[in-house]
Amino acid sequence: MSESSKLVVEPIADNNPIILQVLGICSALAVTTQMMPALVMSISLTAVIVFTSFFVSLIRNVIPSNIRIIAQVTVAAVGVILVDQVLKAYAYDMSKQLSVFIGLILTNCIVLGRAEAFAMSNTPGKAALDGLGNGLGYSVILLIVAFFRELFGSGKLFGVEIMPLVTEGGWYQSNGLMLLPPSAFFLIGLIIWVVRTWKPAQVEKPSFQIHQVHRTEVL
Amino acid sequence: MELVNLAIKSIFVENLALAFFLGMCTFLAISKKIETAFGLGVAVVAVQTITVPVNNLIYNYLLRDGALAWAGLPNVDLSFLGLISYIGVIAALVQILEMALDKYVPALYNALGIFLPLITVNCAILGGSLFMVERDYTLAEATTYGFSSGLGWLLAIVLFAGVREKLKYSDVPDGLQGLGIAFISAGLLAFGFMAFSGIQL
Repeated sequence: MSESSKLVVEPIADNNPIILQVLGICSALAVTTQMMPALVMSISLTAVIVFTSFFVSLIRNVIPSNIRIIAQVTVAAVGVILVDQVLKAYAYDMSKQLSVFIGLILTNCIVLGRAEAFAMSNTPGKAALDGLGNGLGYSVILLIVAFFRELFGSGKLFGVEIMPLVTEGGWYQSNGLMLLPPSAFFLIGLIIWVVRTWKPAQVEKPSFQIHQVHRTEVL
Repeated sequence: MELVNLAIKSIFVENLALAFFLGMCTFLAISKKIETAFGLGVAVVAVQTITVPVNNLIYNYLLRDGALAWAGLPNVDLSFLGLISYIGVIAALVQILEMALDKYVPALYNALGIFLPLITVNCAILGGSLFMVERDYTLAEATTYGFSSGLGWLLAIVLFAGVREKLKYSDVPDGLQGLGIAFISAGLLAFGFMAFSGIQL
């Protein structure tokens, strides 16, 4: 695999920002009751991350290192404001529904984390690709969670009815748990379980282990 | 009375961490020990109590539509500058608080340690200011909201750290070890907090 495609592909499963680096979880949990907001959120975040990484990398040699965080935040804020204004202009309902979460992309740790860890020491082209990869890694998790929550919570996908609900004369008894906030925690926990079973290298060492006494062992 | 109600609502019912998932990164990363969790929680309460009212003043007297009427500019709407001003205020206040604590209360400064600078990028802080703008709070409401939402966050992270300290000794399947089981227990904790919904005075 060439280096640039590796930059894009690696964060999707091997080094996923949400389930391995524990970055950017806030919005991953809050906007996933339906597919549509999750999709808009993913696109917005990916756009902001590519924008920020590219421009931070472009000016990385002129930022004094003791004020670099504030410089990065300013660049990210410009990106977020652009996205916010575009959504307000062309998708007003969606921007109302996402409420503060578009603004919170600004403090999303993926954006600043990638700016600090990668963009500050790499060329603009590479930094933009790295941003794209991490944005996609985030989007994949967001869309998986939203898929299960919307399908089992309200029997729909993107607002299109898949399983008609009992309340509307259909057969599917909706699972109210999926619409409640805690379900997102459970789903991400289960995704982590699945991914780590598939890629055992990501399993964490337990911080405390019970010593197992074998029956042939002399105490 | 309304302020008390708002306080109860923002501590328990609309808990920033467990109902809106704000500040989740730090919530999961710094909750392995009760002491550190408590230190971080106190820092969040302090910063939140200062930044929400300050951002409220900035929004009402500088940014909102027609807010600059006192300067003879009634037609100016600067609300698009909101985000960048709030984060600026937060970053600046955290810096000032850090310097002030270092000078006057070194004990507390050492206790908070690296948590203070981390708070700048804690979504709970920016989220508090954004909710304040969205719900159009007055100055008194904003102060109450800032303090009590911070307190709610402190409560949530200390409870969660308590759960995680015990969780160390349990036999967890390999794939769920660490982060996985942390997510699931945070979910259960969020369930507990849902029992508060509907409480009013």
